[in-house]
Amino acid sequence: MLLIKELKVNVAGKEILYGINLEVKAGEVHAIMGPNGSGKSTLAAALAGRDTIDVIHGSVKYMGEDLLEMDPEERAKKGIFLGFQYPVEIPGVSMVNFMKTAVNEHRIFQGKEPLSAGDFLKYMRERKELVEFDSQLTNRSVNEGFSGGEKKKNEIFQMALIEPKLAILDETDSGLDIDALRVVANGVNALKNKDNATIVITHYQRLLDYIVPDFVHVLFQGRIVKSSGRELALELEEKGYDWIRAEANGQV
Amino acid sequence: MSTNQNYIELFREKEKILEKASPSFMKEIRQDAMDHFSKTGIPGRKSELYKHTSLQKIFEPNYSIQLQPSKVDFKVEDIFTCDVPNLKTRLEIILNGFYLGKKPSLSRLDNGIIIGSLSEALRQYPDLVKEYLTKHAGTRSDGLVSLNTAFALDGLFIYVPKGQVMDDAVQVVHLAMTGLDTLLHYRNLFIMEDNASAKVIVCDHTLSPFRFLTNSVTEIYAGPGARLNYSRVQNEHLNSNLLTNLFIHQEKDSQVISNTITLHSGTVRNNTHVLLNAEDCDSQVYGLSLADRSQHIDNYVNIDHAKPNCTSTQLFKGILDEQSTGVFNGRILVRPDAQKTIAYQTNNNILMSDEAKMNTKPQLEIYADDVQCSHGATTGQLDENALFYMQSRGIPRKEARLLMLYAFAHEVIDKIEVAPLKNRINGLVDKRLRGELSRCNNCSMACRDTPLPI
Repeated sequence: MLLIKELKVNVAGKEILYGINLEVKAGEVHAIMGPNGSGKSTLAAALAGRDTIDVIHGSVKYMGEDLLEMDPEERAKKGIFLGFQYPVEIPGVSMVNFMKTAVNEHRIFQGKEPLSAGDFLKYMRERKELVEFDSQLTNRSVNEGFSGGEKKKNEIFQMALIEPKLAILDETDSGLDIDALRVVANGVNALKNKDNATIVITHYQRLLDYIVPDFVHVLFQGRIVKSSGRELALELEEKGYDWIRAEANGQV
Repeated sequence: MSTNQNYIELFREKEKILEKASPSFMKEIRQDAMDHFSKTGIPGRKSELYKHTSLQKIFEPNYSIQLQPSKVDFKVEDIFTCDVPNLKTRLEIILNGFYLGKKPSLSRLDNGIIIGSLSEALRQYPDLVKEYLTKHAGTRSDGLVSLNTAFALDGLFIYVPKGQVMDDAVQVVHLAMTGLDTLLHYRNLFIMEDNASAKVIVCDHTLSPFRFLTNSVTEIYAGPGARLNYSRVQNEHLNSNLLTNLFIHQEKDSQVISNTITLHSGTVRNNTHVLLNAEDCDSQVYGLSLADRSQHIDNYVNIDHAKPNCTSTQLFKGILDEQSTGVFNGRILVRPDAQKTIAYQTNNNILMSDEAKMNTKPQLEIYADDVQCSHGATTGQLDENALFYMQSRGIPRKEARLLMLYAFAHEVIDKIEVAPLKNRINGLVDKRLRGELSRCNNCSMACRDTPLPI
């Protein structure tokens, strides 16, 4: 589904990723872990198409197509979803209007009829239940006045409405209490099937108790320095990142 | 100076026509206004109040002045149809500054409400009109008002007597349609006696492709307990210059809400003067400007808190694209007597291009010590993070921008109380933001909306 080769990117003239290689197949869950500042969020933003990120080398193929050539909205319509670490507040734009526009853009792209207002509200109710999203929040402006936990749940709710092929969840667990964490993880698991894939970016292994990854990668100083099964996450939890640091520095 | 001299001479030349058109007491008023004009002239750039709007340039072209009603051999309804759906209004049309259509031109309704031509009201109810006309605008305020007082012959007159409620909104459509570059004056006078209530919608449109300069004055008197909702839609072509001078006088417990939506025009200057002359008044002044190309929209608001316990709210928003420019200047004056005043002012602007410009200036003069006043102004661009957030959900960037602009504008539109008008304005603003509304809507004339060479 996704094939990243030798990806190098700059942000504001500074090299952040030094050559990333990663393959994600349908049905898989990948976890990307690593200490602060290692480039995890930059990788997520690069895949979603943020224009502040300059790709200077390498290629990204998504479903056989050149992902880097696409606008962010085209990537989204072709199935890529970014769950934001810091979801943005958009005063005055209602959740309903925002998601109705988004869902209908997807439907038009897939050659389907756009949903009427009534049908959309019905669809929204169904999806709300699936991800246990508070029904009052959809009456408000996008993320405006939401608590940290509500914002993260809102990301999963949007994902449930859009049903992406490849979901990239950037630190969706940060700042969540244990109940919210469970809700978020249940949502992700409920949406998982053999045709879609998930990349979970996280700092802690806690989330991986709920969302069980097939692969764990450690990103350190702009490179993936270690890849393994889920046992790697447990090892990191136990030993911290220092040994990764030591190993990586030893290699250089 | 030559322009000013022209108008002084023009006044002398046309004195007879002006005299004949109105009752004799108007002669003195016009003369007084002209005497004042000959001293002050058209405000120049040196005047702090017109620093960012060059009136000289607007007055420069050689306009012909309209001093009599235009002869029309067609029905205005054929050319202009107001398509605010389900809007149950009493429609009044003022063509080139003169009342048009309905006979008689002034009606007295069963409940005593009088509505129609101001010139006719001057003839039929001179004592009533005399008591209010020029009393709030004055004859000696600024040069524009003096010029209007000297030359304006007609406009709309509304009188709502004590305790009466006007059920249907009144829609006044000011149309400019001549066959040459024209200077137009119109004068509206709305009198709301004790506990009277009304809704008035004023639209400004141009229907022919010539250069227009409209210099208008509207005086509103809101007596004790009166309620007035006053909405304006300004939608003219790029070669029109619209100068409006609105004077609102409020007495005890009265409430006047004014809302000005500037969709399209060449240069617009809206002067709004509110005098809160007794306790417990509420004044709300809202404005939304959408500008692109070489348009220039200037809003000046002056709220005079003369007495205690009054509240005032100003909210002005602007969206400026291409080379357009905007000005907001909001003054709040709290006189020593006006304790317990609550006065708020907000001005927010979005610049859509590198060339668009906005000048904003709050001006608070507070001479009382127990007051609650605030002001805030912002000018910026759309939030890139929010745009990317929407794009990442599959919403095209162009659509994301529209959603945000629309949300920005909505706060002002939401204040319009006449629901069908609100829906209509929503639709017009949406069209305008999509670039589909390039000139006066509803106009069947295929006039080119390009700047005329000066």
